[in-house]
Amino acid sequence: MSKLKLIIHREFIAKVRNKSFIMMTFLSPLLLVAMGALVFFLMKKNDEKVKEIVYVDNSELFSKDDFVDSESIHYQDYTSYGIEETKKKVQQGDYYGALIIPKQDSLEVLAKSIEFYSKDSPGMSVMNSLESKIETKIRNEKLNDFGIDIAQINASRIPSNIKMYNFSGEESSKLINGLKIGVGAIAGYLLMMFVIIYGTSVMRSVIEEKTSRIVEIIVSSVKPFQLMLGKIIGNASAGLLQFLIWGILIFIISTIASAIFGVNMVEMQTANIPADQLEVVKQAVGGDKMQLIIQEILRLPILKMFVLFIFYFLGGFMLYSSLFAAVGAAVDNETDTQQFMLPIMAPLVLGVYVGFGTVMNDPHGSIAVMFSYIPFTSPIVMLMRVPFGVSWYELAISMTLLLITFIFMVWLAAKIYRVGILMYGKKATYKDLYKWIKYKG
Amino acid sequence: MRNLLEINNVVKNYGDFRALNDVSIHIPKGSVYGLLGPNGAGKTSLIRIINQITMPDSGSIILDGEPLSPKHTAYIGYLPEERGLYKSMKVGEQALYLAQLKGLSKSEAKKRLKYWFDKFDISAWWGKKIEELSKGMAQKVQFIVTVMHNPKLLIFDEPFSGFDPINAQLIAKEILQLRDEGATIIFSTHRMESVEEMCDEIALINKSNKILDGKLSDIKRQFRTNTFQVGLHTDHPKEVEAKLKENFEVFPADFKLLGNELTLNVKLNENNSANELLSFLTSRGQVQHFVELIPSANDIFIQAVNKNN
Repeated sequence: MSKLKLIIHREFIAKVRNKSFIMMTFLSPLLLVAMGALVFFLMKKNDEKVKEIVYVDNSELFSKDDFVDSESIHYQDYTSYGIEETKKKVQQGDYYGALIIPKQDSLEVLAKSIEFYSKDSPGMSVMNSLESKIETKIRNEKLNDFGIDIAQINASRIPSNIKMYNFSGEESSKLINGLKIGVGAIAGYLLMMFVIIYGTSVMRSVIEEKTSRIVEIIVSSVKPFQLMLGKIIGNASAGLLQFLIWGILIFIISTIASAIFGVNMVEMQTANIPADQLEVVKQAVGGDKMQLIIQEILRLPILKMFVLFIFYFLGGFMLYSSLFAAVGAAVDNETDTQQFMLPIMAPLVLGVYVGFGTVMNDPHGSIAVMFSYIPFTSPIVMLMRVPFGVSWYELAISMTLLLITFIFMVWLAAKIYRVGILMYGKKATYKDLYKWIKYKG
Repeated sequence: MRNLLEINNVVKNYGDFRALNDVSIHIPKGSVYGLLGPNGAGKTSLIRIINQITMPDSGSIILDGEPLSPKHTAYIGYLPEERGLYKSMKVGEQALYLAQLKGLSKSEAKKRLKYWFDKFDISAWWGKKIEELSKGMAQKVQFIVTVMHNPKLLIFDEPFSGFDPINAQLIAKEILQLRDEGATIIFSTHRMESVEEMCDEIALINKSNKILDGKLSDIKRQFRTNTFQVGLHTDHPKEVEAKLKENFEVFPADFKLLGNELTLNVKLNENNSANELLSFLTSRGQVQHFVELIPSANDIFIQAVNKNN
């Protein structure tokens, strides 16, 4: 046992002292926050510029009321200048663009013959905004033709907000659902990143011991299995430390950044939500609602989520990193690893795809459930499902399967590892690996 | 207990390949035991079994009166043929780590390391990384980590490779001193001159089988051919040679003397002795040179392996 501790300690220290580890640990959060700030800054900058749009309305259908200035777009009526003159002005660069509304007999034809001229290709949001203005106007005109009172139509629009409950009596809302998706997605994605980064780190460490030939000395003192396990645990500890430091640093840096630049964190998170949706969010978040959301977050099964996160995190990492260790043992240098990497990476990536693809739409659908049982994808998929509430028996099945597979794979990997670390100068094939598994003692 | 290590009827298979076939070797306490054999004969397989890196398929191994078990790793020091240390780890830390893996406490390990580092005059390397050292320097460190826990059994696989002659001699001296202090040494090598120099007993393994073992002097006796190198000052060399051929087997000489003597290799028959040869020679002229041709370890190696093949 104390030998295992020694190995873990050495692996941990070797990893943590590594220059690239230190750089990664301290620079990544800085970089992340800096990039976030930059994106936010640029978006703000972009929004500040008001777009001047002129329109020529030959249909005489539209009025000034239909083109109300918004924060980012201002309108000017240029009907009196005529089409050619207006186009010229836009071409000279005086204005962002010109909207040309021709005279047509029917609204249907009109809807299809409106044109927009601009020097550069216009942004999507501008076009959406223009199209919706025109559509609204034409629809209202049409309704008028049908003799329908627009005021009545508007009055008939009663917003509905279905309240969602599950049977443990938790109230949920669409917003909290989004939050759950976010939490699950982050957990699953983190796990994948962690497995890939630290799994390869385990593999590299095995290859290093093999190429430096020290492995023969080590295994004359300890069992290969102890060495492999020590390596995995040591690397995992270094990784957890890195994640912890990242968490703390990101928190500190963003706190400082927001204090200095006056960047509101809520604003920052909503920065990439389109403007009209942002309105919805702002309305929802406003006042009491914010309170409600915090309450709802607190009502999430946080302890359960945390425990499960740790379990799947460790289980998933152990499962995969033992495979990485076996691959490291099977090769002589890193370039030879590729043929063995695909079968390891495929289920990981599949897990994330399934997670993002199906769990988000239907967290309890049959595909999501199935992949949260399969041990190679369950750590990722189940972590994504957990915030939506997963019954204990499903968790029990999934965890048991993961545990059994994990033990089996570590045993299998240890067999390959044990033989592989002492095989020099030979590029192993799958057939070799199979032979090694069958070797005794 | 005369033997420190008894290997009895060990068999080891790798898939269809039999690496060791019913090998038995007994290694006396306090000896330097040469484990010899061509490449791929099974030496490394046997050494790995003694180190418990792999397990034999059948057969038993007794170390100091007890069946080999995991606790014995602390009693064994192993210098593999393929040397290696962690390249980016500091010399001192690395040696401490390896010593602790062999069961020494940290403080004890420090004490022993200080002794050895002083002895080899390399204390200044403590904080250096292995990758900063030359190959020979790294080998010294490697030697120290092999012996620092005072193992009862030391296994050296080609210990002199990578050392210059001066350092090789230093290491040879250390190995013999360790033996004199009570350690038993298994010495695996291809360099036969060092076998002559160091080994008390040897075993020869070829194609997974042990084909020869015992005291080096006994084996030499066993392989002696009763051939003598003869140098005779005579006026009638042709006649003497013809006469010799009547009673002995005569071969052309494979050596040179200073003068223009008659030089020959003469092999005794079953019914004559060295004295008879000598008295024959003294009656024919002035004997300048008379030496028994003792087979070298190299000759024995080549002869035994060729015969076995």
